[in-house]
Amino acid sequence: MATFKDFRNNVKPNWCPGCGDFSVQAAMQRAAANVGLEPENLAVVSGIGCSGRISGYINSYGFHGIHGRSLPIAQGVKMANRDLTVIASGGDGDGFAIGMGHTIHAIRRNIDITYIVMDNQIYGLTKGQTSPRSAAGFKTKSTPQGSIEQAISPMEMALTAGATFVAQSFSTDLKDLTALIEAGIKHKGFSLINVFSPCVTYNKVNTYDWFKENLTKLSDVEGYDPSSRELAMQTLMKHDGLVTGLIYQNTERKSYQEMINGYSETPLANADLTLDQEYFDKLTAEFV
Amino acid sequence: MINQLSWKVGGQQGEGIESTGEIFSIALNRLGYYLYGYRHFSSRIKGGHTNNKIRVSTTQVRSISDDLDILVAFDQETIDVNYKELHENGVIMADTKFDPKKPEDTQASLYAVPFTEIATELGTSLMKNMVAIGATSAVLDLDIKVFEEVVQEIFGRKGQQVVDKNMEAIQAGYDHMKEKLGEKVGAMQLDKADGQKRLFMIGNDAIALGAMAGGCRFMAAYPITPASEIMEYLIKKLPAVGGTVIQTEDEIAAVTMAIGANYGGVRALTASAGPGLSLKMEAIGLSGITETPLVIVDTQRGGPSTGLPTKQEQSDLMAMIYGTHGEIPKIVMAPSTVQEAFYDTAEAFNLAEEYQCPVIVLTDLQLSLGKQTVEPLEFDKVEIRRGKLQSGDLPEIENKGYFKRYEVTEDGVSPRVIPGMKNGIHHVTGVEHEETGKPSESAANRIAQMDKRMRKIENIKFNNPVHKNAPHEEADLLIVGFNSTRGAIEEAMGRLEQDGIKVNHAQVRLIHPFPVDEILPLVQSAKKVAIIENNATGQLANILKMNVGSHGKINKILKYDGNPFLPHEIHTKCKELF
Repeated sequence: MATFKDFRNNVKPNWCPGCGDFSVQAAMQRAAANVGLEPENLAVVSGIGCSGRISGYINSYGFHGIHGRSLPIAQGVKMANRDLTVIASGGDGDGFAIGMGHTIHAIRRNIDITYIVMDNQIYGLTKGQTSPRSAAGFKTKSTPQGSIEQAISPMEMALTAGATFVAQSFSTDLKDLTALIEAGIKHKGFSLINVFSPCVTYNKVNTYDWFKENLTKLSDVEGYDPSSRELAMQTLMKHDGLVTGLIYQNTERKSYQEMINGYSETPLANADLTLDQEYFDKLTAEFV
Repeated sequence: MINQLSWKVGGQQGEGIESTGEIFSIALNRLGYYLYGYRHFSSRIKGGHTNNKIRVSTTQVRSISDDLDILVAFDQETIDVNYKELHENGVIMADTKFDPKKPEDTQASLYAVPFTEIATELGTSLMKNMVAIGATSAVLDLDIKVFEEVVQEIFGRKGQQVVDKNMEAIQAGYDHMKEKLGEKVGAMQLDKADGQKRLFMIGNDAIALGAMAGGCRFMAAYPITPASEIMEYLIKKLPAVGGTVIQTEDEIAAVTMAIGANYGGVRALTASAGPGLSLKMEAIGLSGITETPLVIVDTQRGGPSTGLPTKQEQSDLMAMIYGTHGEIPKIVMAPSTVQEAFYDTAEAFNLAEEYQCPVIVLTDLQLSLGKQTVEPLEFDKVEIRRGKLQSGDLPEIENKGYFKRYEVTEDGVSPRVIPGMKNGIHHVTGVEHEETGKPSESAANRIAQMDKRMRKIENIKFNNPVHKNAPHEEADLLIVGFNSTRGAIEEAMGRLEQDGIKVNHAQVRLIHPFPVDEILPLVQSAKKVAIIENNATGQLANILKMNVGSHGKINKILKYDGNPFLPHEIHTKCKELF
């Protein structure tokens, strides 16, 4: 059986020392091993940005696509091969700006993949512009007077879009994050995990210390129940979204694949591509 | 007796004009006639003039006709818009309901027939279309029994009474018109057809069927005119073979999902029209640089932007060849008949896997939506070829080395594996990369990978890249077209030959890479060359000039008013060249 070391490759990440993404990578590798995957049965699809490089740093099948489109690519991979474990990943710009349309629709479609967002509230690879997760007033190269737009609340948004698995974590909480990714992989449907992954180079506001001070663990919230959507929404609003842990899970709704009419139980990638002559004749007869 | 007939029914959109044409056509197709139907419609659901022009012939026809024999009108606008197409013996049958008036400058006869009134007396005004079909039958002296089967199929679900009522409506229309015509009954009697039962379908049906036959098991698409029929067909038929269609949130999701699915190992399709293709361009580049197979159908319509969304145009050509930033290998095919649309779509999936690049199947609105009689589609002509897709056990790679998915090879095509294969792990990225897929900015690697990718399609194997009808060793005129102009060109060619002009015809089926070797001799052996295309700038003509030169010989014959070419327009414009 594979261990987390089997999910390491010999590529050295080009992230800045201290970047939160290192821990996210480690958590993904550990989670993959913990759920019993072999490297060839995992496909990591990522977007563009610093964090988008993650698919190249894990010893598994990896697809580094175009900006904002990791989700449709990942859904396509899963549709082709339902036996694969598919993880989509990228930054907050990738998922909540250019790719926001896909994020909402992937949530409501509920295809059985896991989406990990490395949320640093800044555009890092382009060297420091505002992101849809930047707080109002946040000063960047593109918002010298401070951002005058409202930040997106991805967890609340996911709940309203009909998400069946919503979780949030902090990159330094390696153990909790690993457990959440495992739970996300096991969840039958779309799982969204937003990870606060500080940018040590361009974000001097939302730092490790800032998160430590402001985050609340849901495990510390008395009576918290992740099966209650109402409670999830209330708690998120109360804490301005700054909570970590499993926020909401609906285990009753079926995944997209389970509901498709006629969808092959074996991977489409293994399908016999030749049509039956008889079926073809039946199809053409409809046009006479 | 006549060997062909042109019939048009028109009215307001949403009042059953389409189904009237459909019932009339299916019945005649089953008698063994060759049909060609073209719909004039607008981008709205109710209201606005619409018409369905149907040509019936005892031989194959692939173009709408220059003129019109019979016009069935449900409103005055239909008469006003279309009467000029009628020849002097033409017949207008119009509903008495709107008190039809015949324009002064036509020799055609007008018969006011109480379509709505008869239908209402029989139960519902909805059956006015059936009355019109009956009235048409009287002009043609057609036994109305030929409609029984179709009416049964369409209304059978609603019960025998509905079927009987509709047949009564046809009978009543027939009787009424017969009395009106007197001696003129059967004035336009068609020669008997051969009774062969042939397919009657639109190009989009053939594309969808071609995809099924070609092993496509997944489609991701966003609705758009005139491409939606492809996804609508496949969502009905793919489940029987385990596949499915996802209607995505947008065009970019459609193409990237198709890329993901192809990477995942299933043959996947996306289809759209110009606006969608514009949105897909970045992803087409991703397919190119990651060497992921991808089949895209582009059903051209009037552009730019929303343009003329329900009208004929062929103006996406350059965008399809060059579209996406940077440089990638790409294959663009342009079937010119429904049969070719079937075979080419199936073949597109083979080429996409063999050359590991995007393949665009280009059609146009006239081909995609024009409904026509089609000779049998030969299923055994469809092959499945998967190129260098690896199967079985792969050799072990030491020290976590990656599989050389982008190995530089002589033909440029590298071995391909799909996720799930042991020892096949590699990286895929839209960033320039070395043989295992890891990013690389090395100049030498860039040249090696770029050359490798571009080399793949240099010697592409494609059967019949040009449909040629070249009876003359030395021709006065070579006519070149692509997609649906073929029918009108063929008819114009016949007339030009009668005028004593020696004409060769080439319909380009493989647009890119351009089949220079096939076209060049034809250009060289012709005194003049006429390029027929539905766009304003002469895109195919410019491609021809770029590839075969002969600038002085090449004449552009262009039409970009939203309507297909008519044979007489090509005939006249070509004659003017001499």
